[in-house]
Amino acid sequence: MSESTYWFQPPPRPSKIPLPPEEPKIPPVEISIDGSKVVVPAGATILDACKKVGLDTPTICYHDTLTPVNVCRVCVVELDGSRTLVPSCSRKAETGMVIKTDSERVRHSRKMVLEFLQSSVDLSTAPQIVKQAERYGANSARYGESATPAAANERDHRHAGHHEFPPGNRAQTVAQPPKIDNDLYVRDYAKCLLCYKCVEACGTDAQNTFAIAVAGRGFDGRISTEFNNPLPDSACVYCGNCIGVCPTGALSFKSEFDMRKEGTWDESKQTKTDTICSFCGVGCTLSLHVQDNRIVKVMSPGEQEITRGNLCIKGRFGYSHVQNEPDKDARTR
Amino acid sequence: MDIKVTGPEPTELERKVVDGVLGSAESAWAGGKRDLEREGRISLLGGNRARSKRDQLLPAFHAVQERFGWIPPGAFNYICKRLTVPPAEAYGVATFFHMFSMEHRPSTEVHVCEDIACRIKGSEALCENLEKAHNGSNLVGIRKSPCLGLCEWAPAALILRSGESYEGGAIGKATPEKVQASLDSGKLPDRPKFPDRPKFPDRHWDWLTHSVPQMGESQLRLLSRIGSVDPASVEDYHIQGGFEGLAKAVAMGPLATIAEVTASGLMGRGGAAFPTGKKWEAVAQAQGSTKYVVCNADESEPGTFKDRVIMEGDPLAVIEGILIAAFATGAQKGFIYIRGEYPLAINRIQNAIDAVRTAGLLGENIQGTGHSFDIEIRKGAGAYICGEETALVNSIEGKRGEPRNKPPFPVHVGLFGKPTLINNVETLANIPWILRMGGAAYAGIGTGNSKGQKLFCVSGHVKKPGVYETPFGITLRQLITLAGGTSGSAPIKAVLLGGAAGAFVGPENLDVPLTFEGTRAIGATLGSGVVMVFDQTTDLGEILVRIAAFFRDESCGQCVPCRVGAIRQEELVARLRRGKPNGSAADEVVLLGEIAQVMRDASICGLGHTASGAIQSALKIFGNDVLGESRS
Repeated sequence: MSESTYWFQPPPRPSKIPLPPEEPKIPPVEISIDGSKVVVPAGATILDACKKVGLDTPTICYHDTLTPVNVCRVCVVELDGSRTLVPSCSRKAETGMVIKTDSERVRHSRKMVLEFLQSSVDLSTAPQIVKQAERYGANSARYGESATPAAANERDHRHAGHHEFPPGNRAQTVAQPPKIDNDLYVRDYAKCLLCYKCVEACGTDAQNTFAIAVAGRGFDGRISTEFNNPLPDSACVYCGNCIGVCPTGALSFKSEFDMRKEGTWDESKQTKTDTICSFCGVGCTLSLHVQDNRIVKVMSPGEQEITRGNLCIKGRFGYSHVQNEPDKDARTR
Repeated sequence: MDIKVTGPEPTELERKVVDGVLGSAESAWAGGKRDLEREGRISLLGGNRARSKRDQLLPAFHAVQERFGWIPPGAFNYICKRLTVPPAEAYGVATFFHMFSMEHRPSTEVHVCEDIACRIKGSEALCENLEKAHNGSNLVGIRKSPCLGLCEWAPAALILRSGESYEGGAIGKATPEKVQASLDSGKLPDRPKFPDRPKFPDRHWDWLTHSVPQMGESQLRLLSRIGSVDPASVEDYHIQGGFEGLAKAVAMGPLATIAEVTASGLMGRGGAAFPTGKKWEAVAQAQGSTKYVVCNADESEPGTFKDRVIMEGDPLAVIEGILIAAFATGAQKGFIYIRGEYPLAINRIQNAIDAVRTAGLLGENIQGTGHSFDIEIRKGAGAYICGEETALVNSIEGKRGEPRNKPPFPVHVGLFGKPTLINNVETLANIPWILRMGGAAYAGIGTGNSKGQKLFCVSGHVKKPGVYETPFGITLRQLITLAGGTSGSAPIKAVLLGGAAGAFVGPENLDVPLTFEGTRAIGATLGSGVVMVFDQTTDLGEILVRIAAFFRDESCGQCVPCRVGAIRQEELVARLRRGKPNGSAADEVVLLGEIAQVMRDASICGLGHTASGAIQSALKIFGNDVLGESRS
């Protein structure tokens, strides 16, 4: 059959694969940071520019795979002409900006933010933040001893608005017993500093499951399922991507939580092995944290292109078959 | 989006109440009845279409709260299904507002104002008394409330009764007997029947006579019609000069209208004093065909009640302001966000909107001009932060009332991501006047950068508290004299300007002109126009304690400096108040200053920036002992 018998003539094949139209060239942006000029591409944030000049800017709620929520305010910098400090993680660089990252005001705000966190949140599993607090000279002892921890679920029933006036002699905290309602992971909200990362990871930034959200208001704000329901009754799919982004260890593997409780958790004895998840064809990279020849935690490197640190329940928690354990308490031997 | 809803199904009544707001459910997916005929095609009815109605979340919660006195889980679940809102998110929204309850509560609630103006008039004793009387009652609950915007009536209470017909009524100069009498009779002191139109003049006018002591005086503009105009009558409003501004605006066109507003030098009256003309221009020039106008009537700054008085007395002036703003900026839809504690104002505004719609000034293709515009009321549910413009926008969208980071500003990215003009009630009420007089003539009134006439909310220890209107330039002393001077024989100890977010001034500054620049020169602020007078009998420490508590209660909790700073500030104030500092009192005052600085510098929004202002100003003026004084 000759080509002419087709009623439809396809256009001749291009000799070269067509290229996408060129992106419009937006001129790069030049700003001044601590007196030195920095050129960054348009759309870059002040934080990107700080990184470019090698400044170590503290961040807590910032995560490169999540939309910046700029709530922790530890990355604030001084911008000439702005009445208040600006969050470097979300503020886009604009030509002509003059920025100070180590002024008295900036250091004061960073110190106070870290001091506030230290005085209200258990940072025992957040060495990075403790280090930052030391760097800025935070001293949470100024607020007095910590108040008595809340009873289980007490904080979850606090109503917005009126509070009894506090005695003031002891600093109120978010301390409360951990929520253990499933076999896979534990929510220890005494360590939660409300960075919103888990909510974002559960929502449109990664998982689109929407099992958790911020509830309540003010200092009683908390991460919660609807009606503070236990996780198995919620929309949670146990992907554990919230664990992956939690900066304080408030969310942790049950295995890690139990071992910490027993006192057997020892990161110096752990090895980290990267491998490819074998459950499906996506090919996510798994980082297996192994202690005493047992998998104790599974993470995924954020720089890995395929899922950018995200996993599903199988990759994250489906490892017990590897361990082939006849005796559940084997790891304590 | 696939959402998981567990727990109880709605009862028939709950379903009916929710359907009253959202219309009946179109599919089983959205919680309705199965319809085998249409199944397979119903995906059209879920998904995006349902999610685009997320802004109905708050109205739906209100309907349920108003019917049952709380939000039962069945109704909550049904709302989530109807709007395809994940239950966790909806729970986060419902628990953000203090007027919503997720736990069973009595159907009648008495909200007793515990804020400053009422506190110095004995609201604490009132509350204690009522709590004792209704202790353990299943029928009546007593709730302590932040400022109810009834400061000229201090001490004030607000009774809200849920049920078949939701009722709300305020009680001024409340006593336990008055509240009890009102509860016993089953009749609320003023009971706007939604949506009945009250007869004019009705008994609420006594109420306004007290709130507007200058009523009927010839120099008034914003308050000129209050007391003489039927708030629901377009004809009456028209006879008294109403819609003249709108007619002029339409005649001169949008560009010239904005030019007039710019020429008038009008500054926003909500507290931030941003040039109104600039805002209008930015919205008019913003890209995009969909634009919104939002009237910020979430007046919650302690000591402020001017917007309430305008909305109750002359609601059509606000509507006219919105109509002109929409015409000038090219907006298609307007919202009035009124705080839920103002049942009478909500009722009056709704009646006014209905009247204007009947008169053909709202709706599709208005009077054949091709321009379409409509206004909708959105009720707040008890959150001071929602007066912050970006928090307000989030709240209308059905999200938690957490402020957004700026930039981008709402004039570019506002409600539903569209360019949005957000103006305060008083600002919008000024607009018809500007057009009637001409911008240049308006700019001739006042001083320096403060143009036009201003409403002041005078309360505290004065003989005639109320809303006063004067041209800019009046001094604090003159204003207090206008309000009849101090109520007792004791001299003035301090005046709070600008509310809890403002600053104190001492008696040495009584001659400060009440202008934006005059107050700034002495380190104070005009804010929303609060002038709260305290005489020598006042324990200022008690006032500071309440201000600290107020910010702790009202901080949204989003950013660390404000969330933790507000509670640390409150604890410090408590320690100093009780004379039990950690270490030396001087160190504690330094720490209080450090907390103030981080809140001012690093918080996201104006709430955090101003949360320490009043306390710091008091320490500066009255010394560090102010907190502990007259300790018993």
